[in-house]
Amino acid sequence: MADPLIFERSVPGRRGYLLPPSDVPASNPSEVLPAEAVRPSAPPLPEVAEFDVVRHYTRLSQLNFSVDTHFYPLGSCTMKYNPKLNERIAALPGFAWLHPFQPESQVQGVLELLYELEQLLCAITGMAAFTLQPAAGAQGELTGLKIIAAYQRKKRRTRSTILIPDSAHGTNPASAALSGFTVVQLKSGPDGLIDLAELKAKLTKDVAALMLTNPNTLGLFERDIKTIAALLHERDALVYMDGANMNALLGIAQPGQMGVDLLQLNLHKTFSTPHGGGGPGAGPVGVTKALEEFLPVPRVRKAGKRFTWDERGRSSVGRVHGFYGNVGVLVRAYTYIRTLGRDGLRRASEVAIINANYLKAKVQETFPVPFDHRCMHEFVASLKSLKASGVTAMDVAKRLLDYGFYAPTVYFPLIVDEALMIEPTETESKETLDRFAQALASIAQEAKTTPEVVRRAPQRMVVDRLDEVKAAREPNLRWVPAREAVHA
Amino acid sequence: MDYAPNTTAQLQEMLQAIGAGSFDELLQQVPRELQRRDLDVPDGLAEAQVISLCEALAGRNRPLTEVVSFLGAGAYAHLIPTVVDAVAARGEWLTPYTPYQAEASQGTLQAIYEFQTMVCELLQMDVANASLYDGASGVGEAAVLSLRATERGRILVSEAVHPHARQTLATYLRGSQATVQEIPAVNGVTDLDALGKALGDDVACLILQQPNVFGCLEPMAQAGQLVHRTGGLFIASVYPVSLGVLTPPGAYGADIAVAEGRCLGSPPAYGGPGLGLFTTTTALLRRIPGRLAGCTVDQAGRRGFTLTLQTREQHIRRERATSNICTNEGWLALRATIFLTLLGPQGLRELAALNLDKARYAKARLCEVPWIQPLFDQPCFNEFTLRYDPAVKVEAVNRKLAAAGIAGGLALGDWYPTLPQGSLWCTTERLSREAIDRTVETLRRIA
Repeated sequence: MADPLIFERSVPGRRGYLLPPSDVPASNPSEVLPAEAVRPSAPPLPEVAEFDVVRHYTRLSQLNFSVDTHFYPLGSCTMKYNPKLNERIAALPGFAWLHPFQPESQVQGVLELLYELEQLLCAITGMAAFTLQPAAGAQGELTGLKIIAAYQRKKRRTRSTILIPDSAHGTNPASAALSGFTVVQLKSGPDGLIDLAELKAKLTKDVAALMLTNPNTLGLFERDIKTIAALLHERDALVYMDGANMNALLGIAQPGQMGVDLLQLNLHKTFSTPHGGGGPGAGPVGVTKALEEFLPVPRVRKAGKRFTWDERGRSSVGRVHGFYGNVGVLVRAYTYIRTLGRDGLRRASEVAIINANYLKAKVQETFPVPFDHRCMHEFVASLKSLKASGVTAMDVAKRLLDYGFYAPTVYFPLIVDEALMIEPTETESKETLDRFAQALASIAQEAKTTPEVVRRAPQRMVVDRLDEVKAAREPNLRWVPAREAVHA
Repeated sequence: MDYAPNTTAQLQEMLQAIGAGSFDELLQQVPRELQRRDLDVPDGLAEAQVISLCEALAGRNRPLTEVVSFLGAGAYAHLIPTVVDAVAARGEWLTPYTPYQAEASQGTLQAIYEFQTMVCELLQMDVANASLYDGASGVGEAAVLSLRATERGRILVSEAVHPHARQTLATYLRGSQATVQEIPAVNGVTDLDALGKALGDDVACLILQQPNVFGCLEPMAQAGQLVHRTGGLFIASVYPVSLGVLTPPGAYGADIAVAEGRCLGSPPAYGGPGLGLFTTTTALLRRIPGRLAGCTVDQAGRRGFTLTLQTREQHIRRERATSNICTNEGWLALRATIFLTLLGPQGLRELAALNLDKARYAKARLCEVPWIQPLFDQPCFNEFTLRYDPAVKVEAVNRKLAAAGIAGGLALGDWYPTLPQGSLWCTTERLSREAIDRTVETLRRIA
């Protein structure tokens, strides 16, 4: 069982933080504000001492697996080491304690950093221009789709279809729908790649763009990417690349040379900023010269030696986020790129690819990899052979937790039966990969000899497998004091 | 410096195990013509070099720790207790992913559940999600929800809602059939007469901000009643710290309440990352965007936490999801949770009262300057608008204040061309009486 809730530790009258005494005349809110605007009583937050807070949230943290503590081979999420240096730099008062409306003369350093980061991302991807404003990959996709719509509008035509392969991340169709497009799915070919015949068949006059992920979610490079781009461009449709898997491509290949018109990067994946248990991320969007006019505003500009914000942009899709995006995340990514530099970035992708192919070879001794080519940074194994023992991919994922490994992505991509999607990243050592492959082999053995052990996993966590049906049928999304619950 | 531990010898050994003679053999899927070796990126650096480089960049900024700042306008600098930084910096909080494997993520999940509870209490709403990107995109998501829930097509938004939120709303809705209509403000608050005329049975929602962008208090209850009368939803965008003294949105009938929550334990960071708080009523629960943590039991009947109602989300529902959001602002939500826990009910009330009192003091003192008057005759929380005499230019004043290490009130003319002499001043608990007095003296000398 997990720890008590912080509310259950509450003791009336305890305080956890003391504010400085007031040095101005005190007022009574009821006298200086309209009656209807005054809150009658304080919100019932927990009442605990500072040390209660420290112990509670330290203990809770210890119930987590994390990159710092465990191998986290979560496919498509690039759970690489998050350098401590990034945190130190982002916490500098000269970055953390800036107000977004300070005059430009007081923020030249951060504007220079943002400008330089845009240039570095251009150099890495081969794109012509970047916006740093989107807060995450999905918001980058949304921005990209808005740009696609703006481009088609400028050409004075309505196109409503976005083509998306069946192996795509769920955010791709969701972003397309949120932008008012209709999604037409492309069935993957027998090699797991985009099927040119399928693409040609579905490439109607109504297609505004193709959204593809390269390498795709099977970890495979879209070999025909230039042909694909040419087909789209023939019809003046655009190629959007989901850059979630960019960790395979640093110094290896540039989307700008592949015929990609626009893409988003996930700085919290490829560029080492921490996932924070769900966020924050950053999803900068890069475009070709032809699409630059549609980027969100404001844009950071360099005029002589000065850096400045430019709010202009008649063709711009507008703003997608308050202020300038997740600057704290952008500072971390900049730190990472400058630390690794040209050779370090290239080495990161090289080692990520070697690690993935090595682990693939090891895992294949236990489980088949259905689309078996040389992979890039990740691969997808199928566990359907365990069905005979009544063991599922989810069971194996849970059993891995008992072995001290976070679970790979399961049941994704949807085109692989009982999928286990594994991305080791470059920051894991050969020794760790060997231990992980060994654990999978042991679990496969257990599935044959003692399948109930795997089916009942995990057994060494703070809780057993949870009743998700109950969670969804009787949603309990907030704590209610027992006393109130009786009255309700 | 890179962070890849495998040695050259190990990599060779691994290539052999793969059955590849060289790394290049692994790239057989990548057409030769696309393979590129040299990036136009500077050489890598050692840690000490990176620190020098970045400290030099940071040194070309003037942080709020060095200047007296009266800037707010959606980004509020509040005190951050040491414990927030110390605990949130733990790798077990900073470096996990979204807690999809619940059994190995009970810490994050319980913290989200506690966060959802605290946000519900603070806003007095039924349901809170695990966070959205920021306050501005929260307004966009709320509008999208209202369009789907009401199957109507017109959105009313007050012009006293923060311009960034209105601009983000416009971007989110472009390409849809929905139209957005702005309701004017009179004397600093939304004009209820104009609102009454604009309402109709095609209105999906009304969006108001409390306190609004001018720092003024809106007639939320009345506005809510008006939009409910025609069957639209009432969306409130609020400032969490203000809710220590101000009426929470649940008490005036908001159907959806959103907020920028960065002010709860996270630094302004030049405007981001933010923390989008998103709350709604039980009736709209299944339309909520983003993640939800729920309490359930394990097979032994013990309490545990898991992500739930995931069939709303993109990774299950794809193009039919309630939103495209995946990554959110989890780490800032954790910081807000620790912050609210440290302050508790009494601390939050005192914090809000301090802000209110500093603003009252500052507004009165600033209006002693002969060429400064209040722009609107309205009560406020910790932010207020001033009007300078026509001969005095807001930008010129701010330049002179900057030279004295003071960031003066934000010029409103760019956002509201009819208010060229207006400026927006904010005071939080970080500002001392001495700093306010010194600012007044500096202003007296300016003109």
